[in-house]
Amino acid sequence: MSVVPISYYLVLSGVLFGLGVIAFVYKRNIITIFMSIELMLNAVNLAFVTFARAHDQLDGLVFVFFVIVVAAAEAAVGLAIVIMLSQNRQSLSIERINHLKL
Amino acid sequence: MEFISQHPVLVASIIKIAVLLVLLMTALAYLTWLERKVIAHIQSRWGPYYVGAHGLLQPLADGLKFLFKEDIAPPVTDRLVYTLAPFIAFALALTAIALIPFGPPSVAFLHGQAVFSVADVGVSLLMVFAITSMGVYGVALAGWSSNSKYPLMGGLRSSAQMISYEVALTMSVVGVVLVAGTLNFNEIIGGQSGPFWHWNIFGIHQGGFPQIIGFLCYLTAAIAETNRIPFDLPEAETELVAGFHTEYSSFKFAMFFMAEYANMITVSCLATILFFGGWLSPFPDSWTWQEFLPGAGLVLLGIYCAYDTVTEMRGMARIQLAVVTLLCFGAGLICLLPAVAAVILGPFWFVTKILIILFFYIWMRGTLPRFRYDQLMSFGWKLLLPVSLANLVVTAAWIAFGWGKHG
Amino acid sequence: MSVPFLLFFVCGVLAVTGAILLIWAKEPIHSALSLILVMVSLAVLYLLLGAPFIAAIQIIVYAGAIMVLFVFVIMLLNAGAEEHTDFSRLAKYVGLPLGVILIFWAAYWLLRSPAGGGGVTGGLIAGPDSTQKLSKQLFQQFLFPFEATSILILIAILGALVLARKQE
Repeated sequence: MSVVPISYYLVLSGVLFGLGVIAFVYKRNIITIFMSIELMLNAVNLAFVTFARAHDQLDGLVFVFFVIVVAAAEAAVGLAIVIMLSQNRQSLSIERINHLKL
Repeated sequence: MEFISQHPVLVASIIKIAVLLVLLMTALAYLTWLERKVIAHIQSRWGPYYVGAHGLLQPLADGLKFLFKEDIAPPVTDRLVYTLAPFIAFALALTAIALIPFGPPSVAFLHGQAVFSVADVGVSLLMVFAITSMGVYGVALAGWSSNSKYPLMGGLRSSAQMISYEVALTMSVVGVVLVAGTLNFNEIIGGQSGPFWHWNIFGIHQGGFPQIIGFLCYLTAAIAETNRIPFDLPEAETELVAGFHTEYSSFKFAMFFMAEYANMITVSCLATILFFGGWLSPFPDSWTWQEFLPGAGLVLLGIYCAYDTVTEMRGMARIQLAVVTLLCFGAGLICLLPAVAAVILGPFWFVTKILIILFFYIWMRGTLPRFRYDQLMSFGWKLLLPVSLANLVVTAAWIAFGWGKHG
Repeated sequence: MSVPFLLFFVCGVLAVTGAILLIWAKEPIHSALSLILVMVSLAVLYLLLGAPFIAAIQIIVYAGAIMVLFVFVIMLLNAGAEEHTDFSRLAKYVGLPLGVILIFWAAYWLLRSPAGGGGVTGGLIAGPDSTQKLSKQLFQQFLFPFEATSILILIAILGALVLARKQE
């Protein structure tokens, strides 16, 4: 039984997720939008670890492991795409990167 | 008093952190003295000799110089990141030392808190690697925020080098983890108990494989991680002015400087714990006379200092060396007391082994030339990583098929 | 106000501060630094929840490798301060209040959730050999996803190499 009630951790996870959504909607720089996705993934990880502790199961931790690995792969490929995009459009603002055709 | 009995962990941790900080800062200062002396003697000269007796007050003079020097700040664009980078580097370098056990966990105080390690987590090896892997930020942010060509190139090269060799560093240690079966430092050391042929570098204890290749890979990767010669092209004076810390002066530069030495101490501590048995002594435990080794060593040092005071020194240096002699004799006699001798033996062996590895570090600095950057990177990825992976595979096969076990 | 509760409070405040700074900062490098702050405070929270292996992995992989990648890309592309145009006014006057409402709504309902209080003592995940048990699960029950993610990482490496190569 953790000293801090489980619902407090869930509230923190929800707040972080909401802040990630706000950052995703509000910011214009594509790298910052990418970082807000990582923030949302972190909030979800916190929820997973909290539930693993609450139900005393290791499956939550295994899922966190996989989320971290997949986030790493996604960040690598996504940032490579961002580098290419910025070299083609000479800008990092998503308002300029809104045509499918080069 | 009640506060102490209600929160023994908190109070004990605060005391241990304070003591460790003081000892660590003194050790950092005198490590610079040791480096200058050893390199000087390799190069047939004397090194610092005049500031105190045998240059012993040189670190104090250097510290005062760094404090009072003028802080020249270049016209950086991002002052927050520029100021933050040395703090990050220094704080992370000091944090890693908190996880290192300097002696047996059985020595306790204050309601059963182990004296010799500040924090004992179940996965201390991974935690130390986590903290050292964050050290890349200090270098990268310093190079970028300096708003100048040489620091930027030095910072990018140095951080690329650090993240490349981090992979080889972690891989070379997994062999030890396989032999010991745990990630905890105290258990890794416990698995090496006995005379010195039980150490992990020989590895025949517990049916493991000798980890000599792992040790060599680890040492090479550690030297590259801490940006020392022969891997210090990103901060070499003849190549890139001073690399990522070109635009820093006085106290911020001192923080980078101390962070580098603290990183050296951390990786030496890790090498000792993982491969050489940590605070265990190389002699069998039945030789109880080894309790008097620290005291005897200090008394011998005091005798040498006394000889030097009488014959060689003159004037102010003579008085200083006489004080040092008295300190050595005092410390030696304290260590000869039976109550202290039993406790001090673990840290004594730990510090001795760390000093040997640090001497080897400094020896390499005085002897070898430096790698070119592309040679450095291809060495790390194309030679060191495959060799450490091969070490891992062979160790794993050895343990899995049980070839090492007798009967 | 015991020490674990104090630690949770401090780390929670640090995490939320980092997230707010991520939104508020004008330079992408400051956003990256605040995200690193969030990740490190989350790692301390994982330690509090009794998952030291996941805390170490979070710092090594997330804060020590993925964020280094972000910082390098920001340095490489020399990303400067953000520009604001007319379109963002819609996000500012509609999106931001809706987002704040989302946060408060989620916090309220999660605080009232029946999952509060926890189950048995965390013997399984907070025990001394939780790492060994976790790795046993990873290699026995979850072996196929584990190998699949290794192939995924290989594909990601190849993809990044191909994409970031100079076009000749």
